[in-house]
Amino acid sequence: MSALQGCLLFSSALFAIGLAGALTRGNAILVLLGIELMLNAANVNFIAFWHYRPTPAPALGVVFVLFAIAIGAAEAAVGLALIIALYRGQKSIRLETATRLKG
Amino acid sequence: MNAVLAAIALLVLGSAAAALALRNLIHSALLLILSWLGIALFFLWADAEFAAFAQVLVYVGAVSMVVLFAVLLTRQSRADLSVTAQSRGRAAAGVGAALAVAAVLAFAVLRTPLPVPSGLRSAVTVRQLGGELMGPHAGALLLVGVLLTVTLLGAVTIAGAGRLPPDGKDQP
Repeated sequence: MSALQGCLLFSSALFAIGLAGALTRGNAILVLLGIELMLNAANVNFIAFWHYRPTPAPALGVVFVLFAIAIGAAEAAVGLALIIALYRGQKSIRLETATRLKG
Repeated sequence: MNAVLAAIALLVLGSAAAALALRNLIHSALLLILSWLGIALFFLWADAEFAAFAQVLVYVGAVSMVVLFAVLLTRQSRADLSVTAQSRGRAAAGVGAALAVAAVLAFAVLRTPLPVPSGLRSAVTVRQLGGELMGPHAGALLLVGVLLTVTLLGAVTIAGAGRLPPDGKDQP
């Protein structure tokens, strides 16, 4: 097993943990954090492939990760705003009881 | 070199798994901050210093604060956190699905012949990165700026909607 495969297995495990969290938890905040973990696993993949690139290519992988981090931050902000809107409407952020977003 | 990678992976995976398994939301958020810090360490290990600093600034600094504020603003009673039989079944199904995905991914990774580079790699400098961002990727950079502005406005609108209704019945 090469070091690149080690990095890829690491990111696969991180993705699976995020997926398990997003699927099993009933709390909306923890579901959002699981999705963030999956996004971070994708970033780990980008950097791993960029680190083990065959040719001394430009900084494409790092540029990709910077854009992905910016979009992840935007997603977290909108997601948490939605959770606060949900809480204002129903006084709970359990996803089992969340049937409407209208306040 | 590989021992460092194994240590980083252990830190990240351990704290992430503990964060998503714990009952206490504050503990989960703090453990996830540790996990994001471990990912920044991985970026540092892989010679991507600027991405590591961006990860620390954005995730460890900003997203963690937003998460903690969301936890505190939506604080709930203890009874809301109890485990029911239905959620136990769903937990088993979710963990099973995640394990299946992990098995498929690991199988694909281990069976793919990945080329191992031989040449020596030079780390990217911040100057080089700035040239890339301002040159070939300037359009994408502008789009990300527009996206972040729209996101900020949208988040404020969503979270602040109904704050002052005419009849005041939504007031906390």
